[in-house]
Amino acid sequence: MNRFAALLDRLGYEPRRNAKLRLLMDYFRHTPDPDRGYALAAMTGALMFKEAKPGLIRGLVEERTDPVLFRMSYHYVGDLAETAALIWPAPGHESVAPAGAEPAIGHNNPPPHVPTISEVVETLATTSKSDLPARVAGWMDALDETGRWALIKLITRELRVGVSARLAKTAVAQLGGFEPDEVELIWHGLEPPYEDLFAWVEGRGEKPESGNPAPFRPPMLSHPLEEEDFEKLDASEFMAEWKWDGIRLQAVSGRASDGRPVRRIYSRTGEDVSRAFPDLVDALDFEGAIDGELLIVREGRVQSFNVLQQRLNRKAVTPKLVAEFPAHLRVYDILTEGDEDLRDLPFRERRQRLEALVARLGDPRIDLSPMVPFSSWEDLAAARSDPASVGAGPDADAIEGCMVKRAGSPYLPGRPKGHWYKWKRDPYLVDAVMMYGQRGHGKRSSFYSDYTFGVWRDGPGGEELVPVGKAYHGFTDEELVKLDRYVRNHTVNRFGPVREVEYGRDRGLVLEVAFEGLQRSTRHKSGVAMRFPRINRIRWDKPAAEADRLETLEKILERGEKEIHPLKGREAERREG
Amino acid sequence: MALRSTDILTQTPQGLYCPLGDFHIDPVRPVERALVTHGHSDHARSGHRSVMATRETLLIMAVRYGAEFAGSTQEAPLGESLRVGDVTVRFTPAGHVLGSAQISIEAGGTRVVVSGDYKRAEDPTCLPYEVVPCDVFITEATFGLPVFRHPDTRGEVRKLLASVALFPERAHIVGAYALGKAQRVMALLREEGYDRPIYLHGAMERLTEFYKSEGISLGETPKVVAAERPKLAGAVVICPPSSIQDLWSRRFPDPVTCFASGWMRVRARARQKGVELPLVISDHSDWDDLCRTIRETGAGEVWVTHGQEDALVHWCTTHGIRARPLHMLGYGDEGEAEEASSPKEDAGETA
Repeated sequence: MNRFAALLDRLGYEPRRNAKLRLLMDYFRHTPDPDRGYALAAMTGALMFKEAKPGLIRGLVEERTDPVLFRMSYHYVGDLAETAALIWPAPGHESVAPAGAEPAIGHNNPPPHVPTISEVVETLATTSKSDLPARVAGWMDALDETGRWALIKLITRELRVGVSARLAKTAVAQLGGFEPDEVELIWHGLEPPYEDLFAWVEGRGEKPESGNPAPFRPPMLSHPLEEEDFEKLDASEFMAEWKWDGIRLQAVSGRASDGRPVRRIYSRTGEDVSRAFPDLVDALDFEGAIDGELLIVREGRVQSFNVLQQRLNRKAVTPKLVAEFPAHLRVYDILTEGDEDLRDLPFRERRQRLEALVARLGDPRIDLSPMVPFSSWEDLAAARSDPASVGAGPDADAIEGCMVKRAGSPYLPGRPKGHWYKWKRDPYLVDAVMMYGQRGHGKRSSFYSDYTFGVWRDGPGGEELVPVGKAYHGFTDEELVKLDRYVRNHTVNRFGPVREVEYGRDRGLVLEVAFEGLQRSTRHKSGVAMRFPRINRIRWDKPAAEADRLETLEKILERGEKEIHPLKGREAERREG
Repeated sequence: MALRSTDILTQTPQGLYCPLGDFHIDPVRPVERALVTHGHSDHARSGHRSVMATRETLLIMAVRYGAEFAGSTQEAPLGESLRVGDVTVRFTPAGHVLGSAQISIEAGGTRVVVSGDYKRAEDPTCLPYEVVPCDVFITEATFGLPVFRHPDTRGEVRKLLASVALFPERAHIVGAYALGKAQRVMALLREEGYDRPIYLHGAMERLTEFYKSEGISLGETPKVVAAERPKLAGAVVICPPSSIQDLWSRRFPDPVTCFASGWMRVRARARQKGVELPLVISDHSDWDDLCRTIRETGAGEVWVTHGQEDALVHWCTTHGIRARPLHMLGYGDEGEAEEASSPKEDAGETA
């Protein structure tokens, strides 16, 4: 466990991809089976513990610590898992228990020993709920601060050390000089602790069989199109499609060795999400792998992302849900067809293969993302600002810009430069007044980095500010320092980690907030909620009285969105693409 | 009748003041008579009429400020009782840096100990801390939260050496305070058998020479020459914390940014500084040692000067010891909790 902890510790601080790879390879090379395999499983998200939950740790820590000291420590550290790891009073440590407390359970156990990662994983998977606390407490006693921190990360299954599953697999592949895709293709047939995989890359065993006739292939991602790119890029070498406001999916269909069809739907990170979309799985009546966007289509009209979220947020997929929120795949690329890998073909040719396949399928649940015709960047700019004018019709509301793809590009995993670009619709902008600052977490712990802002409306006592959202990014590190200082110097009230700042007609800081959309919300006092708000500019110069009014937001609402549901999760994950 | 502790020691804008002896301890502004616990610049300032300190601390002040740093100086031999006004003072090792001392003040049967900055952990470059039983114990609380438990320094140095072995083509730039921490890191590297030259930033040079002249062996420690920087692949280079993110350090081959400080225990702190290899090596007491020391002095009353006072005062109170925070300004990480954007550990060279 100590080696694994040291690895996570070092990875968490290492910004460079190549250095991370070196650290991973060094670990895999010098750590025996099955420890390294369980470490790989932890980093690829392949572990699942039924009974071990984050609350378990919290409970153990609370039994052992004075609540005042714990609260002070948490406020200082800014991260619950790390606070727990650091404050844990192991034998020999100064007690931090509340005065007069009974000795905590778990302390009558045999003397603690430092467990291996294999022992931890196997025990977590098999120990009953009632026996777990004592086992975990024993490990916490035996491990040092870094070890405890790693143990908590393992239990909560959130490593957050900047290592993607892809990077971990790349490190394994490079042990044997293989391409990461070779590991990716057999991955779904493998199980922790992956002894056969390590044997293969080290030249001691046969290549493991791909147990998966419908494997995930890493998707091709795009770069944002910047102003200066237009000068360098020749419009005639590119093709364009709409950028849909949905979820990127990869639909794969193959045949098992017994001839049975195997159909799978993957998220862009390779997570198998087939079970959430039985209606779509039904429609995969082909052999190959296609790339597209999950949308909800009702009566031939693509619904907004808000509607899609209502399907995503449900745990149980009932026939009623499927009927109410019919899943639809709008496809834009094809990776394989039958046994043929099409990824080396230019985009132009893949598109023809895709068009032929969709035509053959003839299923309304799977259709083509149409091409947007253009001959110059000016043409495309016009189409992007008014999709309805170039045939997007009633779907225009679900379009968030254009995808611009080089006609000659192969399908390359990852985010290669110079091939695909996203050109998003301009965000909405509003000038709002800062009302509260809240201390951030993680990298920003002890900075006031989350800001609640409001706009003007008529109140019972005259003009008043009503909060309309909260943003915690969009500014640079230098601006963060200034904003943090502003909050500290203009505090009028303190509520735990939150500070209320001065604001009024003649005082206050104006923030130009950019956001992607609005919806009505019963959870917010103002009745509206912003999607993906961020600080676009700090208007040190602008008087608070000149900030925008709620009516400005109401107008944006009337223009498009009609749903009445609050925002929920998923947003950040989706946005990364 | 025993004197009240406040007759022996009070708080003034200049710092702690002893009315019966008419002197200040570690004053932050020029005074008539100063007793100085150790050579860090937030405790040892120039411009006092007279200064009493250990021989090493006086020499360190002369290295930093020039021979004329005070009107007159008086050496306080460790362990010797000296009469100052109506009190008796005694300097005892504090284990913080070379020459660091606690100062005990006795009058009328009451003893107050001003510990200055101190640590209990082993340090090859200075004398170990000695417990002085007392009625009132004045302590710092730089790391006065139970999340601060400093690990064994050997493990931290091994972490550095493992990284040097894994990345032999990169230079390892270690930020360390110029007085005490830098030399301690060098000595620890030598203890682990590292025998290659340890390169120094110019700001480290004079104090390191001083340590060597005091008989502390630190091996070969050449100063980095600007033109040589690109050639120092695989080298360990020690510089002031403010230089680890400077242009200065960017001229080395693919530098690995390291920082030796107790603050490195908290990940967010290390990340905010852009540190890639944090080394938890501190010259202050951690939580366990602060509590242990308070208990061992047998003091019935504790005053907490600077740092995370509130948690330590809370601990004392729940353990039946009277305690109060002094909220003293001008020392160590002044206002650190408030001033997240400019943690003072840079300036204060205290952690």
